Amino acid sequence: MKRTGVFVCHCGINIAGTVDVKKVAAELAKHPGVVHAEDYVYMCSDPGQNLIIQAIKEKKLDSVVVACCSPTLHETTFRNATKKAGLNPYRCEIANIREQCSWVHREKSKATQKAISITRGVVEKVRRNESLEDVSVPVTKRALVIGGGIAGIQASLDIADAGYEVILVEKSPSIGGHMSQLSETFPTLDCSQCILTPKMVEVSKHPRIKLMTYSEVQEVSGYVGNFKVKILKKPTYVDPDKCTLCDECTKVCPIVVPNEFDMGLTGRRAIYIPFPQAIPASYTIDEKACPGMFDTAIACGKCADVCKPGAINFDMKPEIVEVDVGAIVVATGYDLYDKSMMAEYGYGQYPDVLDGLQFERLLSASGPTGGRILRPSDKKEPKEVVFIQCVGSRDPELHWPYCSKICCMYTAKHAMLYKHHVHDGQAYVFYIDIRSGGKNYEEFVHRAVEEDGVLYLRGKVSRVFEDNGKLIVWGVDTLTGKQIEIAADMVVLAMAIRPSKGMDELAKKLKIALDKDGFLAEAHPKLRPVESMTSGIFLAGAAQAPKDIPEAVGQASGAAAKAMAILSRDRLFHSPTVARVIRNLCTGCGMCVSVCPFEAISLKEGKAEVNEILCEGCGTCSASCLRNAIQVKNLTPHHIQEMIKACLGG
Amino acid sequence: MAAEFEPRIVAFLCKWCSSAGADLAGVSRMEYPPNVIPIQVMCSGSVSPLYVFSALSHGADGVLVSGCHPGDCHYIKGNYYARRRLALVKKLLEYIGLEPQRFQMSWVSATEGVKFSQLIYDLVKELKPLGPQTKFRRNY
Ligand SMILES: Cc1cc2nc3c(=O)[nH]c(=O)nc-3n(C[C@H](O)[C@H](O)[C@H](O)COP(=O)(O)OP(=O)(O)OC[C@H]3O[C@@H](n4cnc5c(N)ncnc54)[C@H](O)[C@@H]3O)c2cc1C
Ligand code: SF4
Repeated sequence: MKRTGVFVCHCGINIAGTVDVKKVAAELAKHPGVVHAEDYVYMCSDPGQNLIIQAIKEKKLDSVVVACCSPTLHETTFRNATKKAGLNPYRCEIANIREQCSWVHREKSKATQKAISITRGVVEKVRRNESLEDVSVPVTKRALVIGGGIAGIQASLDIADAGYEVILVEKSPSIGGHMSQLSETFPTLDCSQCILTPKMVEVSKHPRIKLMTYSEVQEVSGYVGNFKVKILKKPTYVDPDKCTLCDECTKVCPIVVPNEFDMGLTGRRAIYIPFPQAIPASYTIDEKACPGMFDTAIACGKCADVCKPGAINFDMKPEIVEVDVGAIVVATGYDLYDKSMMAEYGYGQYPDVLDGLQFERLLSASGPTGGRILRPSDKKEPKEVVFIQCVGSRDPELHWPYCSKICCMYTAKHAMLYKHHVHDGQAYVFYIDIRSGGKNYEEFVHRAVEEDGVLYLRGKVSRVFEDNGKLIVWGVDTLTGKQIEIAADMVVLAMAIRPSKGMDELAKKLKIALDKDGFLAEAHPKLRPVESMTSGIFLAGAAQAPKDIPEAVGQASGAAAKAMAILSRDRLFHSPTVARVIRNLCTGCGMCVSVCPFEAISLKEGKAEVNEILCEGCGTCSASCLRNAIQVKNLTPHHIQEMIKACLGG
Repeated sequence: MAAEFEPRIVAFLCKWCSSAGADLAGVSRMEYPPNVIPIQVMCSGSVSPLYVFSALSHGADGVLVSGCHPGDCHYIKGNYYARRRLALVKKLLEYIGLEPQRFQMSWVSATEGVKFSQLIYDLVKELKPLGPQTKFRRNY
């Protein structure tokens, strides 16, 4: 025998003005199983709540319906009151007769009838509710940050400064990311290295940050609060504790390969330090380039011979490190679009057609030319430079449909800095339109035009080819409709920003989604921009979408705050209204496994099994199961059917 | 004069968008006809075809399922499943001879109070001329 109590709130006249609350209570009192029904002017007030508590105790109620405002407002209030009275809070439900009834109707008799129907439905639901306890799990108070660019650095520092341990995994030999390659940064033109290096040092010195460079995430299992991660630490063959940075090794290494830090504009040895400020400050032997590594027949070992501290160790082996973490921040950044796709602009064919990062290296004081702008082909100063924007971006037919967002700004910066170096030179910029939304960004672009005389040409370039030592740029000025031909000395392409290489594999390991363009997908495009769809995994920086430094840093702090909200808890609680498998009905068809948006269901011994921590209780599984073998607790098909019946009065 | 026919409609509203949108219609006092009885579900993706049939067989003159806009689902992709599944249900119902107006799907976000109220207006207006739904109604 069920013993339900119904409490109808007047909400002053908010409900009572259009709904005959006395009649609702009277009608519900007649409903089978309802042993108590009353109305009161403000149910949420202390006296109102006391009425509920008293009735539960005196009438031995086993379930409660409060007919009042939306459950988003007072569900917690009334569930707490229920709990106070010694009844399980999940045996209390709200019938929304204000927002979805009294406030939107005028005719009292009809509104009253509707309120009765709604409340009846909820009575039928609540009497089938089980008593449930919140699901709870302990939290590992440590974070993993993947990617050591400015976003990963910022997230690591924020989390570590708050008192939690951080493991920062970076795949290359040094942290710093692309920011370490930049010369000066828009819109203030401060030197990139100068503002980045202190942060890199802070990371390396931080007592709570464990830095793992030259490492990659290999396997991830577990769930929010309790991830288990396997990290592959690749051998550098140099002991960083012994290395004194004397640089004798690179003088004797006979192998030269393209230097990725200088974007291939220079070469480096097989043993190298990526850049002078690298963290950790140590050398790495590139095992793909070094001939002495695996084939002992041509073993070279020259570096080991000259290394006085004996830092070189050819016997170093890859290592797998297993760590437990409670939250993960993914900050794997970007790469530039594959330039070989841009044959019409002569990239790869002509040495003086560069991409944006190569131009940054030319501008950089620590770059291959010591900060002088010289053509790679003949080391002469270019007098006419053409910058082409939107290369590979905003081109849904051939390349990528999206705007890469930062290139309008860095192109303005490039053209401006070029003029600062070569006063008598001319800079041209081909653009579709200029996107300079951001604090002081528009002013920055104006400065390039007005103070530095950069010539902006609205239009597209169709071809770049070499003629007589010049790069001939063919384009159309769409404002005047005229054909343009510029005989340039150098061409710089603002290549599309792409997610960093290997992103899809990493996303698979983390079980997080990518968007249609391959960037990390956020949980909600507006309201949850730093969360992935997997609870406990957060996104930062250009890995989620093209971003400049301020945005990448801002998002990193946001992701860190979200991660800390988890790490600061001893246990995580989770709504217990999750899916449950009725094992004898389940045939193990796997339908639910494939539709679950949270990968919370797996097949174990031929039956579906729900991970209660991962399950969010959406019920998509239950609608897909042909046998009703998986149901959300307290909102089963049975609950719904009975609600329908009661609402329709039959 | 006989009273005008008042259709009874069951509306399955997802908690995060459409029920919140209906709440907003309330907060903004956007009046609409009282013919719809809302049943809150977690996600439109959890609405099984059975719920629709059940509502019709218990005498609903119309059924509405409303969820977050495609791409905005609180549960990532539940509404995509809803869209595909319920499109089939709709076809089936129409094949059996149910008037298409009687089963409708819509996407209402938490900010679309106006849209929700307009939706109910239109729904009721469309269902009134059809009279009671008898095709699925059980005879008790
Ligand atoms: C030509 C050019 C000029 C620019 N100029 C400016 C400017 O003036 N001002 C400005 O604000 N912004 C500028 N930017 C943008 C700036 O580079 C980015 O905003 C910033 O670098 C983004 O930082 P990030 O940490 O998100 O990514 P990244 O800098 O790309 O760092 C990502 C890091 O993650 C590592 N990583 C990648 N995959 C993995 C993996 N699987 N496992 C472990 N580690 C991994 C990478 O090695 C890298 O260290 C410019 C960009 C370009 C292309
Ligand atoms: S930021 Fe500017 S240059 Fe880059 S893709 Fe967008 S519009 Fe083109």
